[in-house]
Amino acid sequence: MTGQDAAALAPELVLLAAAVLGLLAGSWLPRGRQWLVRAAAAAACVAAVVTAARAAGPARQVFDATYTIDAATTTARVVVPLAALLALWLADATVRGHRRETEFTVLVLLATLGSVLLAGASDLLMLVSAFLLAGVPLYALAGWVGGVDAVAARASEAAMKYYLSGAFAGVTMLAGVTVLYGAGGATGFGPLRAGLGQGPVPVVAVGLVAVLVGLLFEAGAVPAHFWVPDVADGTPVPVAAVVTTLPKVGALIAVYRLLAAAVPVAEVDWPLLVAVVAAASMTLGNLAAFFQDSPQRLLGYSTISQVGYLLMAVAVAGRAVLALPSLLFYLGAYAVTNLGAFAVLAALPVRTLDGHRGLARRHPVLAAALVVCLLGLVGTPPTAVFLGKLTVFTAAVDGGTAWLVVVAVGNTVASVFYYVRWFGPVFGPAGDGPDTCGELDAPARGPATAAVTAAAASVLLGIAGGPLLAALGSG
Amino acid sequence: MLSVIVFLPTAVAAVLLGVPERAGRRVFAAAWIAAALADLGLVAAVWVTREPGAGFTAQEQVPWIPSVGISYHLGVDGLSLPLLAMTAVLFAACAVYSLRETRRVKAHTVLFLGLQTVCLGLFAALDLILFFLFFDLSIVLMYFVIVGWGHGERARPAALRFFLYTFLGSLALLLGFILLALSAQPRTFDIPALVAVNPLAAGGPVPAFALLAIGVGLAVKIPTVPFHTWLPPAHTEASAPGSAVLAGVLLKMGTYGLVRIAMPVLPAAWREYALVAVVVGVLSVVYGALVALAQTDLKRMVAYTSVNHMGYVVLALGATGLARDGQAAVLATTGAVTQMVSHGLITGALFLLTGVLHDRGGTYDTGAWSGLAHRTPRFAGLFAVAAFASLGLPGFSGFVAEFQILAGALGPAPVATAVAATGIVVTAGVFLLALQRVFLGPLRVPGPPGAARPVADLRRTELCAVAPLLVLVTVVGLAPRPLLDAVEPAAAALSSLVTR
Repeated sequence: MTGQDAAALAPELVLLAAAVLGLLAGSWLPRGRQWLVRAAAAAACVAAVVTAARAAGPARQVFDATYTIDAATTTARVVVPLAALLALWLADATVRGHRRETEFTVLVLLATLGSVLLAGASDLLMLVSAFLLAGVPLYALAGWVGGVDAVAARASEAAMKYYLSGAFAGVTMLAGVTVLYGAGGATGFGPLRAGLGQGPVPVVAVGLVAVLVGLLFEAGAVPAHFWVPDVADGTPVPVAAVVTTLPKVGALIAVYRLLAAAVPVAEVDWPLLVAVVAAASMTLGNLAAFFQDSPQRLLGYSTISQVGYLLMAVAVAGRAVLALPSLLFYLGAYAVTNLGAFAVLAALPVRTLDGHRGLARRHPVLAAALVVCLLGLVGTPPTAVFLGKLTVFTAAVDGGTAWLVVVAVGNTVASVFYYVRWFGPVFGPAGDGPDTCGELDAPARGPATAAVTAAAASVLLGIAGGPLLAALGSG
Repeated sequence: MLSVIVFLPTAVAAVLLGVPERAGRRVFAAAWIAAALADLGLVAAVWVTREPGAGFTAQEQVPWIPSVGISYHLGVDGLSLPLLAMTAVLFAACAVYSLRETRRVKAHTVLFLGLQTVCLGLFAALDLILFFLFFDLSIVLMYFVIVGWGHGERARPAALRFFLYTFLGSLALLLGFILLALSAQPRTFDIPALVAVNPLAAGGPVPAFALLAIGVGLAVKIPTVPFHTWLPPAHTEASAPGSAVLAGVLLKMGTYGLVRIAMPVLPAAWREYALVAVVVGVLSVVYGALVALAQTDLKRMVAYTSVNHMGYVVLALGATGLARDGQAAVLATTGAVTQMVSHGLITGALFLLTGVLHDRGGTYDTGAWSGLAHRTPRFAGLFAVAAFASLGLPGFSGFVAEFQILAGALGPAPVATAVAATGIVVTAGVFLLALQRVFLGPLRVPGPPGAARPVADLRRTELCAVAPLLVLVTVVGLAPRPLLDAVEPAAAALSSLVTR
């Protein structure tokens, strides 16, 4: 059980090695050749996925039970690097030839690693380190664009806000870890559960809430969501895509693992707490998205509401058979669909919904990809998110929180409004504003193909998701 | 076989996507008509070769998402096969009618072919999630039909309202489906399996809530009062084939959901709350007819008569739940299914004909037209036939349907049926008034006064699209036996399931 088996961490080590080597290589390569680093990073992501898939098997714990390798970790090991791969691809138009291209690549790799470690951590201290590794590279990434113009000013404001809230959340989390350690007498999730069972309830509750603040910040859920819209809107599209996708996967699995493995329900009624957070997250995210005119900000708020739906599965952890499989499947579905929507934005550098005027006439394939991704985020069958939502709703009803499903249904309908509002300009006649025609003429090839791939994958995952869901359930 | 029927249009659409727009609209139109006719032929083949009795024909079942209990399960019986056939006929008519479409023909054709797959798939689906998938996609595709080929800028809010209303309905439906699936052991979304298990027979709040969710979800789509408010604007703004499919096929999805899912899977709850269905049905009948009477917009008027006609279906199904006597229940259910088929054909024809009117003068306003009977005898004749069929004149399918409904519902719900019968009188008034305004009297056409604008009679394509629908309406009206032979065993099986 307490293997010091470094080979068990092969996927993580691949990512780490690629990040370090990439940083070194990038320092020596001329600007025109830095894409080599990005290609190598992509290869490392693929390698991480392959090694993770080969290592999949019965659940086990390594390194004195500080790290668990099970279906959830394997999912993160597959989904997060694949998402990073897609992000590196859709970033093509933005970062190719940029003087900080390597930095972008390396920061994405480190954030990927951090997110995977978050998912696997089964020890409070490990959780804190993973939190930092998943977060800190992203603060830097938010300010990545650099320069002194208006774009850079917005980006540095976003980075500042992100960093400050992250620092606050991190400190809170660390305090929570201390309190939980004090109450439970252990940091490993297994012993902690036994210890917390005898601990004083108010102390355990305070510690748990404090730890959750950190993880919810990472996931971008209410009440730690304030950074999301600013970062999503203020940074270049690929950065926004990474920030709203990668950490969520790790953070939500971490929340699930922490609650299911370390906190007895009899001690703290965390299902209710999570359910309330879920309801607040989906509702606030949706309401705020309603009249946004910036597509990036709209998607930013939409990710907050998506976290709400995802948290529904966490709220019934341990009480519904489908809770974990539905969460894992939904995470994968969400990652590919959200990245697809951002990829369309990356292909078309327009900053307003109205800027997409006439897209369907000029670039029908790209418009189709956008429609598939947006309807996917709504949860229209047969896209992957539909299957995710279906299973999450089923798990929630099964787990006895039917009221939460009713809230989610209402929110889903409300979300149709702002996603479909986007269709208006897309299918409308071509505009002649300064923001539209010229820039719409040539969508960047890399992000455009990434968008189409993501859209296709989203539909495929929805249609052929059966075996995958079965595998997640059995693992 | 059913998979071929369902996915043939999509396969054709996929091929057409590869054909460049400049190939000419004839190519797309020809491919569409060929696909629609081929599909119609296949449906006819299934009809002829079906096994007699109440069971499912041409079943196909493949596990899809086994860990949740979802399978790809298709099959038809006497409740769904007539609707499948009606859908194929109506889409073929729309294909012919759309020969005159000139705006973005490729996208239009592909979208309608996709819509056909969705509509056929819904009536063939025997799995709740498969049903939901087609139900939801019908909303999405119809949204694009209304936005893309509707009447200008006002189409967008109407389409959005349609999307939001019916999407809310579909999610309520999904909630109900999840409750149904979770109540069965083992968990399954398979409709025949759920019917066999009858998982919520014990009563209590869960079946009531499940029926409420499913009922509201379907009621939005049907639409019944008070969930009908999306319907008039959507119809007014949609193109003629869009309206024909919306009223002819999409509305049937709601009532079909009642007979396929709500009634057989939740029989106890349906019996308990059947009175609600009766009341809602009667309200829709009366309200739809009265509001139609007040319309000056011809298309809006036809749209409200849809609310009226679908109200009879709901009334009949409610009466089935109230019936103590098996024969009355069978009669009412048979009438309900016949009414779905009949209304699909008649209202499809009516919407295509109002499309012709709009094509000639750019308006649906009955006040702008007068005395068209002399100028356009064929148009006037067909419109009169469709109007008389719609108001339930004997000899047309509407009479067969409504007579059975009223005869079947009279025993279980006498007062409601008596009230509903007045709806027929009002509808007669609606159509006679419309005929009188538009076709009789001195000639008047839209446009500046004095300018003698020629108004063309029905063109050949329009005639070829509408006439077969009305011929079928008449054939069913005069010789309903073949249709009833298909419907009655299934209706009897359904009635016995509801009264079990």
